[in-house]
Amino acid sequence: MRIAVLVKQVPASDKVKMDEETGTMVRSALDAELNPLDLYAVEEAIRIKEKTNGAEITVVSMGPPRAVDAIKEAIAMGCDSGVLLSDKVFGGADTWATARTLSAALEKLGTFDLIFSGERATDGETGQVGPSVAAQLDMPALTYVSKIRQIGDGKIVVERAIEGGHEVVESSLPALLSVVKEINEPRMPNLTGKIRARKTEVLTMTAADVGLDSSTTGLTGSPTRVVKVFYPSMSRNGTIVDGRDPDDAVQKLLQFLNEKALV
Amino acid sequence: MKRSEGTFEGVWTLGETRNGEINPVSYELLAWGRELADKRGTTLASVVLGHDIKDKVESLIQHGADIVYVVDHPGLEHFAPDVHAAVLEKLVREVMPEIFIASATTYGRTVMPLLAGKIETGLTADCTGLDIEANSGLLIQTRPAIGGNVMATIKTPNHRPEMSTVRPRSRKPLAKDESRTGQIIEKTYPDGLFNSKVRFIDFIKDETTALPIQEAEIIVSGGKGLKDGKNFDLVRELADLLGGSVGASRQAVDLGWIPYSHQVGLSGKTVSPRLYVCAGVSGAVQHIAGMSSSDIVIAINNDPDAPIFKVCDFGIVGDALEILPILTEKLKALKATTNK
Ligand SMILES: Cc1cc2nc3c(=O)[nH]c(=O)nc-3n(C[C@H](O)[C@H](O)[C@H](O)COP(=O)(O)OP(=O)(O)OC[C@H]3O[C@@H](n4cnc5c(N)ncnc54)[C@H](O)[C@@H]3O)c2cc1C
Ligand SMILES: Nc1ncnc2c1ncn2[C@@H]1O[C@H](COP(=O)(O)O)[C@@H](O)[C@H]1O
Repeated sequence: MRIAVLVKQVPASDKVKMDEETGTMVRSALDAELNPLDLYAVEEAIRIKEKTNGAEITVVSMGPPRAVDAIKEAIAMGCDSGVLLSDKVFGGADTWATARTLSAALEKLGTFDLIFSGERATDGETGQVGPSVAAQLDMPALTYVSKIRQIGDGKIVVERAIEGGHEVVESSLPALLSVVKEINEPRMPNLTGKIRARKTEVLTMTAADVGLDSSTTGLTGSPTRVVKVFYPSMSRNGTIVDGRDPDDAVQKLLQFLNEKALV
Repeated sequence: MKRSEGTFEGVWTLGETRNGEINPVSYELLAWGRELADKRGTTLASVVLGHDIKDKVESLIQHGADIVYVVDHPGLEHFAPDVHAAVLEKLVREVMPEIFIASATTYGRTVMPLLAGKIETGLTADCTGLDIEANSGLLIQTRPAIGGNVMATIKTPNHRPEMSTVRPRSRKPLAKDESRTGQIIEKTYPDGLFNSKVRFIDFIKDETTALPIQEAEIIVSGGKGLKDGKNFDLVRELADLLGGSVGASRQAVDLGWIPYSHQVGLSGKTVSPRLYVCAGVSGAVQHIAGMSSSDIVIAINNDPDAPIFKVCDFGIVGDALEILPILTEKLKALKATTNK
């Protein structure tokens, strides 16, 4: 069985800045990390490999050269190989163009039985790349997967965490699964894994390598345009009362709620 | 689809069904759609896919739609993602709407990127604001990103339809108007289109009757400051009394006090209720990322320097275990007197 995991390198969650002129993220000066929600995808792929004889996991990421660190982190956890899609013409891609590039690469790399993605990346926060890849590769997308019940014989049975409960569905393989945090507890890489990751050569592919014209990649190939970014003020300057006299504090709160017509 | 491929016209909303009924988020979406259609000077249509649903779609017209496209087929009873996307693709290619919006529910957030992937157009996720640009007539989509630290305004200049998903609770539905009339158009397709690679097996319902937090108008959340899982009962009781749902910080979830589906924040759910009350939550950036678009935020925390106080409208510096029961009691008393 061949498994691919899509991972993204994102700015560490509390250190993000935007360039207000260009509407792009300023990444250079920041700490970058493997998207925390992709850890669950990596972990689940490794668990399947451990249960299935002969499964092989390829980590695929599109990003700047240093995104190789994110790929190595996934390899250190237990994935086998890595592919980095890196090319100037990939820059500024929206979810459609990102998915276009990822699917072109996945097709080049051969047939995969299972493709994993995270629920969403903590920077763009769209959760669209996974399903869009599935659409472009014409395979079913199982989103919000919180449990894999069964896998084998070209079939998979999963639980999806949706509003009000969990839906159990069966799908034929190949399929794309986007997983939620509920699915597992990701492991920490051990020393052997780290050494293996250091020694593993990550394959780099350009637009030409995956057979894409630059008109369908990056900013040029993106249907959407970010025209403005602004920083909303989070602070609310609310009324703060002392709760040492709890009755009085609650009374004031009720009055506040009453003024806002909330009670 | 490229804009140059033809004439795209009309605003569409994706109606959503749950347990065979129209889900109320569909009406919120129509409020957005009505405004966009009026500004654009065009019609508003709603699309519903389901089984045994065609007799129930009148309510979409009463909530603002001019037209309802309904596809009613046994193959649509459950959410088969490939089939739903394929049917929408057919319909969109046939009728060519200019704008198509859906709710940012698990349904909308799955089927819309599938559709966008198929028909090659832009899709803006989880918008909190939509408008029509005066001169160009383009859809202006505003959405938070990077944990709510940044708001981005996004356009889809050259592809059609212009598509987005819209955060539930970002708009109130229009009042139901039973005298409104409109057109219901049933579309049929060959059975082959409804063959799915995905088969529904079962639905395991959450035992709580409350709304999922993404759709709740009122949320009462608890954090690690509640000290013990059983103290979540205080949060639950208040939530029940207010008719709201229960939220939680990641710490509370990680401690096993409450299931993950209740987690608010960067690695949990993003919520926009009318009222967000939190007790014993410090207000870490990752938590604020999930609740900063709430209308009114109330915080109860015993540390006056807790960051949550910077983002609340009303805060009580005090012991949550002491304040919550008093609040619940006084609210009960208040309810009793107003009900008389
Ligand atoms: C990648 C990543 C993703 C994350 N995603 C999320 C997420 O989605 N959601 C999320 O919530 N967090 C998330 N976190 C974790 C986040 O950083 C915080 O650790 C978490 O939000 C803290 O939870 P808390 O406020 O319950 O606990 P604490 O930070 O421990 O705060 C408890 C608070 O309770 C107060 N308190 C104590 N006793 C009382 C009392 N008797 N009465 C009143 N107040 C009291 C304390 O003063 C303190 O302020 C994420 C972190 C990372 C790194
Ligand atoms: N540049 C990328 N390279 C590889 N995978 C990606 C990339 N961007 C997004 N993904 C995958 O798609 C998921 C959803 O991302 P997003 O749609 O950006 O929120 C992530 O969790 C990743 O698994």
